[in-house]
Order: sequence, then C-alpha cells, then structure tokens
Amino acid sequence: MAQTLQFCTFYLDKLLFGVELKGVQEVIRSLDMTKVPLAPAVVSGLINLRGQIVTAVDLRRRLELEPRPAGMLAMNVVVRSEDGAVSLLVDEIGDVVEVEETTFEPAPETLRGSVREMILGVHKLNGRLMHVLDSEKACQMSEVAEAASAGR
Amino acid sequence: MSDSDIVQDFLVESYENLDRLDRDLVGLEKNPHDREALAGVFRTIHTIKGTCGFLGFNKLEKVAHVGENLLTRLRDGQLTLNPERTTALLGMVDAVRQMLKEIQSSGKDGEIDYPELRETLTRLQSPTAGDAGSAAAAVPSSASVPTKPAEVVSSAQKTIDVPPQGEAALPTPVGSPLKARNKNDDAHRKPTKGKIGGLLVERGHVQPEDIALALEEQEKGDRRRLGEILVALGLAKADDVSAVQQLLDSKPRDAAAETIRVGVNLLDKLMTLVGELVLARNQLLQISNTVEDTGLQAVSQRMNLIATELQEEVMKTRMQPIGNIWSQFPRTVRDVALGCSKEVGIEMEGKETELDKTIIEAIKDPLTHLVRNSVDHGIELPEDRVKVGKNRAGRLVLRAFHEGGQVNIEISDDGAGLNPERIRKKALERGVITSEQAGRMTEREIFNLIFLPGFSTAEKVTNVSGRGVGMDVVKTNVERIGGNVDVQSTPGQGTTVRVKIPLTLAIIPALVVTCGGDRYAIPQVSLLELVRLEADEVSKGIELVHGAPIYRLRGRLLPLVYLSRELKLATDINRAPETDGAVNIVVLQADERQFGLVVDQINDTEEIVVKPLRKQLKTVKTFAGSSIMGDGKVALILDVMGLAQRASVITETRDRSMTNKVTESATSAALKQTFLLFAGPGDSRMAIPLATLARLEEFPVAQVEMSGTQWVTQYRGQILPLIRLNVVLEERRQRLRGLPALPAIDSGPIQVLVLNHEGRSFGLVVERILDIVEDRADVRSAATRPAVLYSVVIGDRVTELLDVPAILRIAESTAARPAAPTTISAEVAN
Repeated sequence: MAQTLQFCTFYLDKLLFGVELKGVQEVIRSLDMTKVPLAPAVVSGLINLRGQIVTAVDLRRRLELEPRPAGMLAMNVVVRSEDGAVSLLVDEIGDVVEVEETTFEPAPETLRGSVREMILGVHKLNGRLMHVLDSEKACQMSEVAEAASAGR
Repeated sequence: MSDSDIVQDFLVESYENLDRLDRDLVGLEKNPHDREALAGVFRTIHTIKGTCGFLGFNKLEKVAHVGENLLTRLRDGQLTLNPERTTALLGMVDAVRQMLKEIQSSGKDGEIDYPELRETLTRLQSPTAGDAGSAAAAVPSSASVPTKPAEVVSSAQKTIDVPPQGEAALPTPVGSPLKARNKNDDAHRKPTKGKIGGLLVERGHVQPEDIALALEEQEKGDRRRLGEILVALGLAKADDVSAVQQLLDSKPRDAAAETIRVGVNLLDKLMTLVGELVLARNQLLQISNTVEDTGLQAVSQRMNLIATELQEEVMKTRMQPIGNIWSQFPRTVRDVALGCSKEVGIEMEGKETELDKTIIEAIKDPLTHLVRNSVDHGIELPEDRVKVGKNRAGRLVLRAFHEGGQVNIEISDDGAGLNPERIRKKALERGVITSEQAGRMTEREIFNLIFLPGFSTAEKVTNVSGRGVGMDVVKTNVERIGGNVDVQSTPGQGTTVRVKIPLTLAIIPALVVTCGGDRYAIPQVSLLELVRLEADEVSKGIELVHGAPIYRLRGRLLPLVYLSRELKLATDINRAPETDGAVNIVVLQADERQFGLVVDQINDTEEIVVKPLRKQLKTVKTFAGSSIMGDGKVALILDVMGLAQRASVITETRDRSMTNKVTESATSAALKQTFLLFAGPGDSRMAIPLATLARLEEFPVAQVEMSGTQWVTQYRGQILPLIRLNVVLEERRQRLRGLPALPAIDSGPIQVLVLNHEGRSFGLVVERILDIVEDRADVRSAATRPAVLYSVVIGDRVTELLDVPAILRIAESTAARPAAPTTISAEVAN
C-alpha cells in the first residue's frame, strides 16, 4: 500500500494550498496584530500567541499573489519552522486531506521566479490541484529582507 | 537511583573534572614542580578510572589507567613534566572526553581504545623519554612519604574550596588523616574497599596477599576499614595508608548538601513562568489603578514587590561568571600556539563579569574561534616579533566588562594587525565589493569585511583557521543573541575584536511611548530625561540647522529625531492629533552621543519581558526585540543604537577620532589624520588635530571678561581662559604695543576652540572655523614661527599645524611677564 500523507489545506486567492500536517502547530482565527515598521513587506506584524510572540507572514504577498481585499480577515496557520513558530496568514481554512504519494507531481517547468522554490509541486485531487507549500522556505525571509533593505 | 542515573552523574562530574584538568595541566607546564596541582590531576584521573571500572567502561578505563601510571610517577617526583608529557596527557584528556561523549550518545565507550596514545603515554613513563629532567627521579618515593599526607590534605582543601560551578563540596576541616577517615560512613566504605587495596599494591606499599588477608578479616566481621586492618596487622605503614586514603577522599560526598544540581530546563521553565507572572502583575496594576479599592491596591502592591523580588532571584540563578568559559582558553591558546610554533601568553580581566547562562553558552563557540584566530593569524612568529622589537611571546588579552546594560568582551592581541590593503584587494578579488565601493569605504568598514562569508586573508591555510569559515559564523552567532561584533586594528600593533552582547535576554525596565498609534518600548538604560514642549514653546524651542531640527537643552544643541519619520509612520509629523501641538522629547544616549527622540505620547515606565525578534525581522536594525504589554498586545522594543545609526546621529567620525588618538601617539605620520581647519590671525590657514579638540563654541563679546591681562569667560561653571592666537603668535610685537582691553563691543561673537591639555581646559580664540578634513598630511616643512609644529599640505593648501602645548607655554609666559603697566600680578598667576 502506498504511503499516505496528511495535509492541512487553505485557500489563497481561490487557489488551494497545503502544508504537511505534522509541521502545523495550530490554526487560529484572526488575532490582534502589531505592525512592524521598516520590516519587509511580507511581514504583516507580530501576534501574541499565548505569551509567545509570533511573526505573521502574509502568504499572499510572499507568493506574489494579489493583495488581500480590504476588510477580509486573515486566518493564522501557525507552523513550526527551524526558527520557532511562524504564523502564515491565509484567506480561508480548508479540510485536512489525506493523499497518496502517487498523486504528486513536481511543479511545472514554466513556474518561475522566487515562487518556484516555495512550491514543491502539486497533488492531483478530485477536480482540483493542491499546491504543496514548503513552509520552511515560506518562512525564510533573509533574501527578501535584504532586497528590501538594499532598495532603501 | 537507576543505572542510567549513575552514568549520567558520572558524565556530568567527569566533564567538570576534565575541564579542570585542562586548566591544571597547562598551569603545571609553567610550574612543573607544583606537587599539589599534580596530586589534584592524579586524583581526577583516578576517580574517572575507578568509576568507569565500576560501570564497566573498560576501554575508557584502559586509557585512564596508562595516564594514571604516568601521573603517579610525575607526582612522586620520579619524572618531571615537559611539554611532550603535557601534550600526551592533554591528549589523554581529549580521548577521555571523546569516550564520554560516546557514552552519552550510545551508552558504550566506543570502539577505539587509542593504542598509539597509550603507547606514547607508556613510553613517556621512562625517565629518559622527553627530557633529562630526571634529577627528581633520584629521590626514592618512600623518602617523600612522611611529608606527603600534609601536602595532600592541603591540596584537597584547595580543590574543594573552589568547586566547579554549581557542583559543590564544602571544605571539610581535616585535622588529621585519621579523623577524616572515621567520618566516612558505611555506605561510602564499599566502593573504596577495593580501591585502597589496589592503590596500596600499585604503589608497592603492600603485597596482594596482605590485602587478601585483610579482606578475610573484614569478612569475618571486622568492622574496621581495610587500611586500618592492614596497619593493625602490621602489614602496612600508617603513613602510607593515610596518604592513599587522602587521595581517595578527594570528594567527600557528605559535605555536598549545601548545593544541589538543577536541570537547566527547569530553570528555563521557571524563568518563563516568572516572565508570565510579571506580565500578569502589570495587568493587575493597571486594573487596580482604575478601581477605587484600597484592599485590592494593597494586595496588588504586595504582589508587585514579591514578583519583582522573585524575578531578581530567578535571574540570579541563571547568571554565571564569564570565567566559566574562559577557563578553557589557556589550554586552547597553548594548543594552537604549539601547533603553529608561536609563544603566546594569555591574560584575563573581568572574569567575574556575569552573564545569563543562555548567553554564556551561545558565545562560547564564537569566543573560542576568536581566540584561536588571534593566536593563529594575529600574533606573529617569535622571530618576526623580535625583528620588529616586540617581545618573543605574544600577548592575548581577554577583557569583559559591563557597559550600558550590555556586556563587552574584548579579545586583543599585540600581533601584526590587519592589513587594510590586503583585505581590500581580497574583497575585490572575491567580488565581495565593487571597486567603486572599495574607494569609498573607511578603514573600519574594510576591517569589518572579514566577517563576510568566505573571507580569509591568511596567506596559508592552517588546520586551525584561515579556511574562510568562522568569522562569518562568529558574527551570525553573536547577532543571533542580539549582540554585535566589531574589529579595530592598528597595523603592526595588534587587533581588537569587540563583542557586545546583552546582559540578559529576559526582563528589562523600559519607557513605553506611543507613536503613530502603536506603542514602543525604549530600554531605560539609554534614557536620560524627558522634555515636554507646550504648543506655544515649540516654535521658538525647536530650531533648524540647515533643515536639521535641534533643541537647546540647557545651552547644548540636541539633535532631534522624529520617531514617526524614522519609522516612516505618518507624513504629518508636526501636528499629530493627540499631541495638541505639544512636543514630547525623549532624551537618549547612544554610544557617547545624545539625541532627542520626538514621540507622540509618553505613557509610562514598565518592566517588560524581552522576546527576541525572529529571523524574518533580524534585518530591521531599529528594533531590539518585542514584548507583550499589560493588555496582551505586542509592542516593539526600540534599539536606540540602531535608531541613532539610522538617523545618522552616530557616524563614523567618532570612531575615526578614536583611532586618531592611537595613531597620533604612535607618531606615525604616514597615516590619515583628521584635522580641524580654521583661519588664524591675518586669515592664515591653520589646523589642529581633531583629537585634541573638546568642543567648538561661540561666545558673544559681552561674555568675555578680563582677569588680569587674561581674557576669560564663564563656561560650564568654570572660568575658561581664552588664549588669543594673535597674541601668542605675535607675542613680541604685541607686548611692545601693550595689550588691548576687551574686544570692541560691536564686533561679532568670537569663535573659540575648547581644548583639553593635561587635564586643563582652555579656549583658543580664532578668526573663523573653516572645516574638518581628513588627510595624510605627509608633505611638510619646518615651522617658521613659534607655536607652529610645521607647515603641512592639507587639502592641497599649505597649512600651519599648531603646537598646542607650545601655545600654552607661550600664553603662560606672556601672562607671567606682565606687559601692560597696570597688571596686578597676583591675579595673573592664576
């Protein structure tokens, strides 16, 4: 029997994404956020997660998608990165899906740019594709930050 | 206690012992006849050997055993310690450490039993091996026996007095060896039983059969100790037995009750909980301030006090002196120095400087790397040192001290220093910087290139360093804990690496301010005072210097930095709605500069729990961390230094003037210096080194008074003598003409350079201040008049460089030889 993997899914600009469930700490609704001036644009701010301060990364910006429409509250998908917990801001939470390795396909060659390294590939689900997000890469901000500061 | 617990204890204890061994052995190398230290080393190895035999780690036991054999002979004076033997013994320590690591990870002592090392150790046991220092070997071991017990006792006390961190044993008053033995209880007797016999046999004091005999006695029910039985049976000398017993009693366990070992995890947890408690207390205090309830207020006050005290105490449990990690450096330095045939002495200052445990651990590796680097790259070979007139042995100085809520650690060597040209070239070669950048960089910026990844200027790569890994890792590691690294170097004189790290990552007092609707915390350590300008004072209080806003704070000009502008928060900075036009200025200290930070609102001071910023935000230098406020929201902690740098309050100039002091004293004229240019009498172009200058001032003529023939002015609560350059330079003519009184009241304000010379301040009145320039100033000619050092080309024009001490001398002699007929000499003498 083929190996199955569990993914926590969410939507960003109507696209379906998934991160491996074992890397997800928790999912919470919108929290008070503190802006961080001068920070890279993808950093939305800091949130207080039961006494732990967590950086919130706007996944829409990170994945170079359209900005979130005004008034739409983001959900937090808190993932464990090598540098502690990081919250990924998403539009909407989907189900936990179980997929077999056989439905996986790497990202097409035509997917270019910095987005490519964050999207490991897709799982072919019934009727739609689930983008597999490398949450560790999505949390890594160094190049982005440097680019931002260099632009100053 | 389970088996694994025993092994765990054994590991912890052994690691500590090994660290001490490193220290002791290196110390012994310098003073090979220190019997007490030798006895200490012997005991440590013996304990390890004994315990691992007991736990069944045979390979480890084997290695420790050969080491012990060598140590026995050294201790008994049959051999002396030479570098070869020290190296072999240190090698053994390393092997033991390796095996302990193995045990820790796998539970077994590994596959290797170090045959070469054991062979070396065995070979070195013969007196002829290594050196001829076997004069002491002529002394038969038995001859020294009578003196030994006393010696050993004192050394035992010594080692106990200085217990390694945490693990403690109180000094047991050991009056006589016998008394000490009687103190041991039954439980303690069992493990030593075999040992004392073994040791006695090993040292040739008794025969194995005698031990067997005594053991039989014990089995028959004799409750005395084995040694006592041996003595009673006349099989051993009491002195021998007590000497051996003393060796075994090096760690009296019954005296260890004063301290206990606590897992670091537990302390960390405590710390987190205290942090949470502080937060809850802050919330409670906020509530109690709004509720009119004396009972609640009393309780919350009390709670406040307790929480504060608890916090302090918990913090203390985590503080450790930096000496704990420095103690291994003599060994590191010795090994590296030996490896590259250099001679290096290490000095330490401020060993007792305390730091949070997590920080101590985080800086251990970076510091080790820096130390190795200094020895390997910084310090020259002995021959080269002698050639340039230095001591054969290089000097490495470690210094730690507190400054501004931070701990500074400096690693200085008196080696060759960094070569800026070579670094520049290398950086260009590697494409780290462009040639355009290279042209613009200051020396200091160039030095700091060595912290970039993949950078090494070492001409040859050694096994220690020079492979281009390391300095960048040092920088990353230090920055991870919120510190920074900086390097300063003077070619030919040495290099200093300064690591600045926060004292603790935990809880600090801070001022909370609001700006652009968000709160920010400012660490109290950088805070000097708060100034509030009401709306009607603003327009005349805040002035502009070429567009840069400043505020006159008690006569001094304080540059103003608008937080909202620096953080790019709001565009309308002048009229934020909640300020009613008033301006709140937070006066801050960054390095040695002061500046005023303009914020929308000043809230309150609060104890905040510092949480470091994650990697994603590390590049934002304006913030030092974040914290959770009483209402549960997150606030950012401002990094005052980072902010000052961003707002260009601190620039390169300060550091430049500091290095100038150094180069000046080195009388090296080939180096760039910074000069203050000004117009002297008759509009002649003159200069002084900027380093001699304290301040530039402008006084209205009305403030100038006469004291005898001397112009003076009241300045910062002192009488500042004013020396007129035209008087000094044209002294003779001036005297003939008689001294003019005060300057004409309608002339403009006078410009004064305030100088410090040998602890005295005086003002030099000049025509006009021109500029500050940096120049090599190496085209020069002899002076044409007194008080001038020489004429020199600065900024493409001939400029007279003034001789400050000479000016003072001339000014004094003018004053002492009264020229004007009406002078009162008593006043002039001042």
